[in-house]
Amino acid sequence: MTSYAYRKFKDRLFFVLSLGCVIIAVVPLLSILIEVILNGAPELSIKFLTQTAGVIGSPDAGGIGPAIQGTLILIGLTCLIGIPFGVMSGIFLAEHGNNRYLRAYAGLMRIFNNALTGVPSIVVGITVFALVVLTLGHYSPLAGAIALSFIAIPIVARTTEESLKLVPNSLREASLALGVRNWRTTVSVVLPDARKGLVTGALLAVARIAGETAPLLMTILGGQYFFQDFSQPMDALPLRIYRDSFLNYSNFQAQAWGAALVLILIVLSLNIGVRVASRGRLGK
Amino acid sequence: MALEWPVGVDLESEKTKMNGNTSYVKTWDPQNPVPAGEKMRSIKLNAWFGAKQALKNIDLSIRANAVTAIIGPSGCGKSTFVRCLNRMHELVPGSSSSGQVLLDGRDIYSKEVDPVLIRRRVGMVFQKPNPFPTMSIYDNVAAGLRLTGLKRGKNLDEVVKRSLEQANLWDEVKDDLKKPGTSISGGQQQRLCIARAIALQPEVILMDEPCSALDPAATAKIEELIVTLKQDYTVVIVTHNMQQAARVSDFTAFLYIGELVEYGSTKHIFENPRSELTEKYITGRFG
Repeated sequence: MTSYAYRKFKDRLFFVLSLGCVIIAVVPLLSILIEVILNGAPELSIKFLTQTAGVIGSPDAGGIGPAIQGTLILIGLTCLIGIPFGVMSGIFLAEHGNNRYLRAYAGLMRIFNNALTGVPSIVVGITVFALVVLTLGHYSPLAGAIALSFIAIPIVARTTEESLKLVPNSLREASLALGVRNWRTTVSVVLPDARKGLVTGALLAVARIAGETAPLLMTILGGQYFFQDFSQPMDALPLRIYRDSFLNYSNFQAQAWGAALVLILIVLSLNIGVRVASRGRLGK
Repeated sequence: MALEWPVGVDLESEKTKMNGNTSYVKTWDPQNPVPAGEKMRSIKLNAWFGAKQALKNIDLSIRANAVTAIIGPSGCGKSTFVRCLNRMHELVPGSSSSGQVLLDGRDIYSKEVDPVLIRRRVGMVFQKPNPFPTMSIYDNVAAGLRLTGLKRGKNLDEVVKRSLEQANLWDEVKDDLKKPGTSISGGQQQRLCIARAIALQPEVILMDEPCSALDPAATAKIEELIVTLKQDYTVVIVTHNMQQAARVSDFTAFLYIGELVEYGSTKHIFENPRSELTEKYITGRFG
């Protein structure tokens, strides 16, 4: 083989290898998706989405209304707590982390933040159980949201920092040279430019927390009823899936499949909805 | 206006400079009032990036309503010098400076001065056009007033129109004010940045190689604009291009490795430089 043909062959080989890896990586993903759709889709109905679950063992498994409501409440509360803290931490790390007095502190925060990203969620659950549930004396949606925030904040902080660092310094300088204060430059010039990255970070965090099960077991417990108040246990989709799939009744196992599909659909529609809504007038 | 030596530079000290004396411009005497016509002055200005000294004892007087060009080879401290004039230099991590910069006779580096307020009086245009990409053309021009909270009691539409007119851009964009600031050509973007700077009605406009990213036609338009701007503003322009300095400026300062080698009226610098180094540089024998 001539060396020219050999070099061309290497180029082809590289392409084929990377293509092959993508296909292999996508196989489990697709098989999960297809499995969930095939098993879950027949379950979907108005009744399934709105009613409470039936008594275990009864022929009527009922619906997953409380679990859907609980998951939506948790996502909302977690965003309310997690996004402000995460975004502000990211702003601090990206915009002030180079300050000569704060550099060491920011470096330490970055290490903690990265460590927090890797903490197993069951540990977060135990911690919040000890800190919040035992203090309040009852399981509570609030405790669940706090636990999920512990998981969401480091993700949001990190993606915020990364996307703010991508904003060219020339924009900051343009603003500062106009005599604009630092905070105003961040809010009105840097954040809008990094909007896409911020939204991606928030959505990543939502996708991650929406499926978390372990911390919820120890904070909201799960249950049969719709949301009552902040001092009562609450249901959520991951808990419903977890409990149902262990039951030896086929109608409840089917309910778990349906709940899994609903969970995927919620995350997906949030993803699409937020992206469309955050597309700015002058967005790229 | 007949062009003479920059105010504050007397010919006597010019002569001593030629004999090897480095105290080029007469040192500022706080007892003396601001010389008529002087807008800014640097006194023993030093600047560092970390341990590397970028400016060494620069004494320079900048005259009001005139264009002062800063020339010199790459890395000589031209940009650092103008960035010291509106305290942008200190924003670079690890940078430091010493000495004084007077604006209307008052030191902008004294403790009680807020650098943010100085930047509203001393505007800046950068090397690469940098309009805000998330804002429309209109919003870009209005940004200075909006983000500084100075828009109260002002008619924004009027300010935007006047600034764009002063920047010779109004006729080209008046029907597209809602379009993104980055949707126009590079030369237009640079004039948009000039409009954005003058919307705040600063007293001084610093331009850091404003044409280096532009083609000759766009450059000609900006140069034309610079000459008209001096009626209302004091302009300091950093340039690599000696023909440009000769065309637009009234005074020229030649910097070399952080030191001020020669400063005088542009006519003198280009026709009759006193320093051999200046002559070599402007005739293109190095740099």
